[in-house]
Amino acid sequence: MDMGLLLIELGAVVLGLGVLGRLAGWIGMSPIPLYLLAGLAFGQGGLVPLDASDNFIEIGAEIGVILLLLLLGLEYSASELTTNLRQHAFGGMVDLIANALPGDVIGLVLGWPAPAVVAMAGVTYVTSSGITAKLLTDLGRLGNRETPVVLSILVLEDLSMALYLPILTAMLAGVSLMAGATSVAIALLAISIAFVVALRFGRALGRFVYSDNKEVLLLIVFGLALLVAGFAHELQVSEAVGAFLVGIALSGRVAQSAREVLTPLRDLFAAVFFVFFGLETNPSEIPDMLFPAIVLAAVTALTKLGTGVWASRRSGVAIAGQIRTGTAIVSRGEFNIVIAGLATASGIVATGFGALAATYVLILAITGPLIFRAGEPLGRAALRREERQRPPKPTARHTQSDDDGAVSEIA
Amino acid sequence: MFGDEVEVTETKLPGIGTRYDFITDAGRRIGVVSHRDGDRDLLVFSKEDPDSCSSVLHLSATQADALAQVLGSGRIIQQLASLGEQISSLSTGKIRIAHGSRYDNLTLGATKARTRTGASIVALMRDQEIVPSPGPHTYLRGGDTLVVVGTAEAIDALKQIVNE
Repeated sequence: MDMGLLLIELGAVVLGLGVLGRLAGWIGMSPIPLYLLAGLAFGQGGLVPLDASDNFIEIGAEIGVILLLLLLGLEYSASELTTNLRQHAFGGMVDLIANALPGDVIGLVLGWPAPAVVAMAGVTYVTSSGITAKLLTDLGRLGNRETPVVLSILVLEDLSMALYLPILTAMLAGVSLMAGATSVAIALLAISIAFVVALRFGRALGRFVYSDNKEVLLLIVFGLALLVAGFAHELQVSEAVGAFLVGIALSGRVAQSAREVLTPLRDLFAAVFFVFFGLETNPSEIPDMLFPAIVLAAVTALTKLGTGVWASRRSGVAIAGQIRTGTAIVSRGEFNIVIAGLATASGIVATGFGALAATYVLILAITGPLIFRAGEPLGRAALRREERQRPPKPTARHTQSDDDGAVSEIA
Repeated sequence: MFGDEVEVTETKLPGIGTRYDFITDAGRRIGVVSHRDGDRDLLVFSKEDPDSCSSVLHLSATQADALAQVLGSGRIIQQLASLGEQISSLSTGKIRIAHGSRYDNLTLGATKARTRTGASIVALMRDQEIVPSPGPHTYLRGGDTLVVVGTAEAIDALKQIVNE
């Protein structure tokens, strides 16, 4: 291996990603679609093929997936997940059915084998919690009435990954029904153990893992995640699930500090992962998949919109908030690519799968945030229309004038 | 503390923290998002669409503490003032501890204020900050101001004691 060439290629790729990230920041969009496009440009049949750094990028991509899932697990505590599951299980089911079904249908229409159909369902199902959570914060919507509804949808989708990924992995490995059932059973056992550890022994585990020294904490948490991911892989459960469970088992102060030290690492390797997925996708297949991808994006944008409106109406949110909920969850991003990446890595997937998944995520990662922003004015317009149609009724606003009165009283 | 007057709604925001909100007498909803890392968002909900916020102010943990201090100390003094009005025989007073007072660097318990005068020390003001309900083990410093409740005579007596 030519070390000089490797460093030059790698340096050019990472620097290029940095420039793309800055560009994305300027125009206020998620950098994920740009990373994907960069991967497509450098991949097989792309503009400039990369050779020397192939191995590194492949391993880097694997670490990227593990870190993405580890950080996702660190976001939530086990108690948050269990409460959410109890309270919103029905809404989560509706979300799953409404948004996984279009992926299934397109897979069947294109005549793909069963594992590819199930993988595509996962690609269309999950909302990008990264894009959505960032926009909620950036646009000052954290306090809004509908925000708990949005977050609970995201939490349940992320939690369902712990079950979905082992099933998908077993199907992709082409194992028999019996072996598949075994690995799903192992996954369930692992999930239960992680939850018991987190809920019962969270404090003790935290004491073991925690260190004031950032360097030590980084090495311990990262090492633990890689180790568990490796064992999960050996047991035919997805390595991503292993890392996710490590994240869930850690909570409180440890999770807080671990998030701080691991986020930069995650950003680096996740970017490598998105590039890797682009590299593995053949751009010459995209033109054929463009039309199906646009249809699929349009349909699943509408199903997400419907899911959001329905879920927030159930929680008693008014029309403007319902529209904000629906528009908030349209974005697809990192985990859709993780799912598609698992499928393409297994090598048995149908032609056009990678191209369709990449194009689909590109469309919704770019338009999703725009739709998110449009939710605000659309909601306001709907509210005004509703008010015009209804006769004006007396509300709690009769005390409006007290606003000024109260101020002078205190002064 | 304020549970019987103001109904504060608490909502969990998974992955973010907790939101607290309530409705003011004027019918406006205000609230706070408490982030897990200690940051706070101050929320004022919109009049037109009460489900959304018309302004959101992001505060760092220390800024939030400063704001809480300002809001909280104002309330304590107000409460004291109204207490004095309600019971005519009861007065409130502020007593400054001089630098070099014999109680400078002694505990509050050492003054034996309540046993000797009957006056209660309800708060301690130090460097613009309020220490509510100081205990017998709280140390006094020169320059501190005691907020005292009691009869006018008791307050005068205490003033003499601490500045002996």
